[in-house]
Amino acid sequence: MSLHRIEVAVRPDLRDSLASRLVLQLSEDVGIPVAALKTLRVYTLEGEFSSPELQRAGSKLFTDPISEIWALDAPLAEQVLPGFDHLFEIGFRPGVTDNVGHTASEGLSELLNRAAGAQKVYGTLQVLVQGITDSQVDAVANSLHNTLIEDCLHLSRTEWNQGARAESKSRSVRGNHLPRVESVPLPDDDDTLLALSRERTLALTLEEMRAIRDHFEQEHVRAYRAGLGLPPDPMDIEVEVIAQTWSEHCKHKIFNARIVYEEDGTTREVVSLFKTCVRATTMELMPNRPDLISVFTDNAGVFRFDDDHFVTIKAETHNSPSALDPYGGAMTGIVGVNRDILGTGKGCRPIFNTDVFCFAPPDWSKPLPPRLMHPKRLLRGVHRGVKDGGNESGIPTVNGSIVFHERFLGKPLVFCGTGGLMPATLPNPDGVMENSADKIVKAGDRIVMVGGRIGKDGIHGATFSSEALTEASPVSAVQIGDPITQKKMVDFILEARDLGLYSALTDNGAGGLSSSVGEMAKDCGGACVDLEKAPLKYAGLDPWEIFVSEAQERMTVAVPPSKLEEFLALSKLRGVESSDIGAFDDSGVLTLRFRRKVIGALDMHFLHDGLPELVISARWKTPVHPEPAITQLGRDAGSDLLSLLASWNICSKEPWVRQYDHEVQGRSVVKPFSGAKDDGPTDAAVIQPVGGSSKGLVISNGLAPRYSDIDATAMTEASIDEAVRNLVASGADPSTIVGLDNFCWPDPVESPSNPDGAYKAAQLVRSNEALRRVCVAYGIPLVSGKDSMKNDYGAGAERISVPPTLLVTALATMPDVSKAVTIDAKEAGDLVYVVGTTRDECGASEWLALHGFVGNSVPRLHDTDLTMSSYRALHAAMQIGLVRSAHDCSDGGLGVALAETAMAGRLGMKVDLARVPRDGVEDPRRILWSESLGRIVVTVRKGQTSSFEKLMRPNAFERIGEITADCRLEFTKGADPVLSVSVDDCVAAWKRPFQA
Amino acid sequence: MSKVPVLVIAGYGINSEVELVEGFQLAGAAPRRVHLSDIVAGTVQLSDYRIIAFPGGFSFGDHIASGRVLAVKIQAHLGEALREAVASGTLVLGICNGFQVITKLGLLPLLGGVPSAGQEFQQEATLTYNDSGKFEDRWCPIVANAASPCVWTRDLDRFELPVRHGEGKWIHRDEQVRQAILGQHLDCLRYGASAYPANPNGSQDDIAGVCDPTGRVFGLMPHPEVFLRGTQHPRWTRGDFDAQAQGVGLTILRNGVEAAASGG
Repeated sequence: MSLHRIEVAVRPDLRDSLASRLVLQLSEDVGIPVAALKTLRVYTLEGEFSSPELQRAGSKLFTDPISEIWALDAPLAEQVLPGFDHLFEIGFRPGVTDNVGHTASEGLSELLNRAAGAQKVYGTLQVLVQGITDSQVDAVANSLHNTLIEDCLHLSRTEWNQGARAESKSRSVRGNHLPRVESVPLPDDDDTLLALSRERTLALTLEEMRAIRDHFEQEHVRAYRAGLGLPPDPMDIEVEVIAQTWSEHCKHKIFNARIVYEEDGTTREVVSLFKTCVRATTMELMPNRPDLISVFTDNAGVFRFDDDHFVTIKAETHNSPSALDPYGGAMTGIVGVNRDILGTGKGCRPIFNTDVFCFAPPDWSKPLPPRLMHPKRLLRGVHRGVKDGGNESGIPTVNGSIVFHERFLGKPLVFCGTGGLMPATLPNPDGVMENSADKIVKAGDRIVMVGGRIGKDGIHGATFSSEALTEASPVSAVQIGDPITQKKMVDFILEARDLGLYSALTDNGAGGLSSSVGEMAKDCGGACVDLEKAPLKYAGLDPWEIFVSEAQERMTVAVPPSKLEEFLALSKLRGVESSDIGAFDDSGVLTLRFRRKVIGALDMHFLHDGLPELVISARWKTPVHPEPAITQLGRDAGSDLLSLLASWNICSKEPWVRQYDHEVQGRSVVKPFSGAKDDGPTDAAVIQPVGGSSKGLVISNGLAPRYSDIDATAMTEASIDEAVRNLVASGADPSTIVGLDNFCWPDPVESPSNPDGAYKAAQLVRSNEALRRVCVAYGIPLVSGKDSMKNDYGAGAERISVPPTLLVTALATMPDVSKAVTIDAKEAGDLVYVVGTTRDECGASEWLALHGFVGNSVPRLHDTDLTMSSYRALHAAMQIGLVRSAHDCSDGGLGVALAETAMAGRLGMKVDLARVPRDGVEDPRRILWSESLGRIVVTVRKGQTSSFEKLMRPNAFERIGEITADCRLEFTKGADPVLSVSVDDCVAAWKRPFQA
Repeated sequence: MSKVPVLVIAGYGINSEVELVEGFQLAGAAPRRVHLSDIVAGTVQLSDYRIIAFPGGFSFGDHIASGRVLAVKIQAHLGEALREAVASGTLVLGICNGFQVITKLGLLPLLGGVPSAGQEFQQEATLTYNDSGKFEDRWCPIVANAASPCVWTRDLDRFELPVRHGEGKWIHRDEQVRQAILGQHLDCLRYGASAYPANPNGSQDDIAGVCDPTGRVFGLMPHPEVFLRGTQHPRWTRGDFDAQAQGVGLTILRNGVEAAASGG
C-alpha cells in the first residue's frame, strides 16, 4: 500500500490559534520563550488512490477553502514559517486511539464513495519553531508530546538544509504474533508465587495466590477440567480473570477487610467498613426515604426524582491513568463514568457531569521525582481531557472544584461524576412496562458487545491502579477515549432501550469483558463466551488479552434471541458495531472458548466468593503540630485577605471552568458562575431536569484534604458539611439530600515499603465512622460510592502519599427552581447576616497555611442537630423569598465568604465583627479566617429583616453588616478598624493566579 | 391549522437536538428528531418538512475541522435533496455546529442564490478557530440587524445568548463576499462589541449570525435553544431577566415557525 501526505496549514495571514496555545504552554511548562511557532496538520493516507482522488480529498475534506492552504506530497513548512530552526512532528504510536485518523478515514470513504476500511488515515501534528537553542530541543519535544503514547520526529535546520524531510509512516499495528493460550503452573513455594503475581501485573497477595492454587488442586476441579480437555494447572485466561475480579479496584478488599484498630492502648475490631459504615448508614435511613430505588447494587445509585422519573448518580476516580497520560487518563475517566450511568437499570441518559481535581500547586519549583509530571502540565492535560470528553459527549459539566496540596504530587486525584435521568418505567423485551431500575439477565440471552473494538490498550488497568505508581508502571494501562464513537453508541442504546430490545446491560470498564460478563452472569449463573467473535482493532491479541482489555466505548448487552436480529439491524443502521459473542446460561461456570476450543472454565462461586479475607492493622495517634502564636501570623488583615484571595485553593478558576460546556441539554438554572459580571463561583448547580416541570435538582460537592493532616475525622465532617452547606445555600431542601462517597487514600496496608500504613488505616477507620455518624444525623443516605486505595508514589523514604481525601457529592431537590438563590450581593442597603457559630478553629486553615503553619484546632462539627436546624430554617426563609443571596463559608472562612459575596455583586460591604455569633474567639483575624463548619453568609432586603429573623430564631445567626454602593470592604470590630480594601483590588488579586 | 412540521437532525455527535425539539414544541411547531441515517436510508424525506434544523454538537468530533465531515456526508447523500428543499422555500436553521455544517456546505450566505439542478453549493465563508484558542461557554450581548431580510430575527433588538464553541470565528472569503453580506444586511446578528470577550471568537465584523438573501436560511453561533425560559438567563436571580418570562431564544424559533406557516 502506498502512503501519501497531505499537509494543511492556516493561511499565513490568519491567526494560528493552536500555535498561540503551544507558545503559552512552552513558556509555562519549560520556561522557553520561542520567537515564532507555527503548526501544520498532516494527514497520511494509506491505500491506493488516483491523482484526482487525492486532489479531491485535499481540497474538499482536509482543507478549508477559505482559511487554509495545503500541499500533496510536498512540504509546506518553508511557506508557513520561513527560516524555522526546528521541526517537530508528533503522532500516536501504533495501536493508540487516533480519533482524527478514524474520522478522516470515514470522511474519505464518504467523499470518494469507497468502502470503509479500503484506506487508513493517520493524523500527525507538525510544529515549526524559531528561536530556541539546540540544548532546548529535548525540553520542547518533551513538552509537545507524551512518549508513552506518541512519538516525535525532530529535524534541525541543518538536517533540513541537507535535504532531510518529515516522512510519513504507517502507524498500524503490525506483527505476526499468532494468538496462543498457555497454562500457568502455580508453584508450591511462596517466593515464586509472589514473583508470578508481580511479573503478570496480577497485583494479588500471597494469600490470594495460595487460594487460587488450592482451588485448582481440588480433586473435583481437576476432574471437571479433565472432562473439558483442560490441564490441571489454571490457564492464563483463568488466572487473569481471577486477578481482575479480585483486584482492589473491583472487589474493594480494603473496605471489606477485618481491621484491628488500636488507640490509646485499647484495641477493637472492625469487620468491613463498607458494611458497617457506608451501607449501614443507608440501611438505617432507608425506612424514612421511600425515594431510594436502588443502592449499592447497580453501576450507580438510583433515587426517585418525581412520579415519572428516576435520577442516577455515580462518581469515579481515574488517578493512576491520569498520572501517566493526563489527557487520555482524564478523558477516559469522564467517558467511563458516563457509561456507568448508561449501564444503570435498563439504561439511563447522562444529564450532567461533575469533576474535582487535586494537584500539587501549579508553581511547583522543587525537583520532580522520576516519571512524575509537573503539576501544571497535569492540570492542563487533565482539564483538557475532561473538557473534551464532556463537551464532545454533549453532557454539561455543572459542578466541580480544583484543590491543591503539596502531597498530591505523589498522585493527582481526578474525580469524575455523572448524573442521569430515566423514565420510572421502561419496556422489557416482552413489551411490558416495568420498573426501569430492574434489569434481569436470563439464561439464553445472547452476550452482545456494542461500541468500540478491542486492542491492547488498557490491559491491566484494574490491577495496575491497585498498585503504587513506580518507574516501571505498565504503559499498556494507558488509553485514550473516543467520545464520538461513544456518543453514537449512547444514542443507539437509548433508542434500543425505548424499543425494549434487550434484557440488561452494563459497561465495560475496569477488567473489560471479564468484569462485565462475569458480573452479569451472576444473575443467571453462568455464561459462555467465544472470544474469536469479539472484533479487534488489529490482529495478534491472545485470548486472555481480548477478555481483560479495557479498550473504551463498549457496553455488554444481554439480548434475548427473539430480539437479536432487530437489535443488530438497528445498530448497523446507526453506524454502531455490535457483535454476538456468546450466551448467558445457568451452568454455574464461566466458560471461555477460542475457535471452538474451551480455554477456560471458572466456577462462578469461586470467582466471586473465593477471595480470602484481608486483615489490616490500624493504629491511631493524634499528631501534634507546632502551634503558632498570633504574632507569628502577620499583622494586616487587609493584606491577608488579598493573599488568601490569590491563594491556589481560593483564587478564581474561571478560565478553566468556562471551557466546560455547562448548559448543553438546556436544563441549567444556576450555572457555575453568577453575579453582576458572571464571575462569582456559585455554591452548587441547579438544573431543571424535566421539561415542563419546575422541580429542581441541586448538585454540590465537599472535600477538605488539608484537615487530614490533623484528623481524618475532621476532614470527613468538613467534607460532608461543605457539600450540605452548598446545597442549602443554593435553595435545596435539606430533607431530600442523597450522598455519594469517594474515598481516595494512600495505601493503608502496612509493609516494609509502607511503614506508616497502620496510621493511614486508622485514618480510614476514623473517616468512615465519622461518615456514618454525620450522615445518619443529617439524614443523608449514601446511594453509591467508590474507593481508590493506592494513591502513593514510590517506596520507602521517597514515598509520597496523598492526604487522605473523601469527596462527598451531594444531590437534593427543590420544589420550584425560581426559588433558587445565588451567592452574589444584590443591592446596596441589603443587610448581611451570618448563620452559624464561629469558633477558634484555625487548624489546617488556608490562613495558617499562608503563614506556613498547620496548627491543631481543626474545625469540627460540634452539634449536628443544631446545625441542621439552622439549615432547615434558612431553607424555609428561602422558600418564601426572604433571602437575596447566600454563600457558604469554607476555605478562608468568613472573611473570604464575605469578600466573595461582595465581589460577585461588585458591591461594597460594611461589617462589624463584634456582632458575629461566636464561642471563645475574640481576635478579629481568627474570627475572619477560622474555618468553623455550619456557617452561611446571607443577605436580606432591608424591609424583610424582621420576617427573616423571626423565621431563623432560635438558631445561631446575627446581622453583622450592610451592603454598600461604594465598592469597598470596611470591616471593624466594634470601633476598631480591622480591614479596609477596595472590591476591585480583591477581584484583581483573586483573578491573578489563573489569567484568562 | 396544522402545525409546521420541523425536521431536527440528530446523530453522529450532534448533541443539542433534544432541547431544540423542546424549543420548537414551545414555539407551536411539530418538530421531529430524526437520525441522519434514516434520511440517508430514505425512510424520512426532507420534502415532508417546512423547516430543516441542524442542531449544535460535535459532529464527528469536529475532527479535521468543525462540521466538515458531516457536511461532506450530507453533500454525498443529500446534496440534491437539500438543494431542492432550499429552492422550494423550506426554512433552514443551523445552530453552532449546525451553522458550521451549513456554512461549509455552502448554504450560507448563498450570495449567488440556489444553484441549478445537479450543481453543488459553493463555500463562500467559513467558521474557524476562536482567536482565544479555546472553547468557551459564556453569555454574550447580541445585536440584531433591523435591516436584515432574516425572517428568524424579526423584531429583535439587543439581547443575550450563550455561545459554546471553539470554532466560531466568521471569515469572509474575500472583500467581495464581505461587501455583499454587509450590503444586503445578511449579517443579521452581531456581537455587542468588538473586543474579547464580548466578541468571543474574533469574528470578522463581529458576525454572530448570517442569513441568505431570502432570509429563510439562517445560521448562528449562539444557542437560542437554551434560552427558552427566563431562569436560563445567567443573572435572573439579580432581576436582570424576569424568571417567569419567555426567553429570547424562543422568540427566534417562533419567528421561524410563523414565517414557515405564513409562507412569508
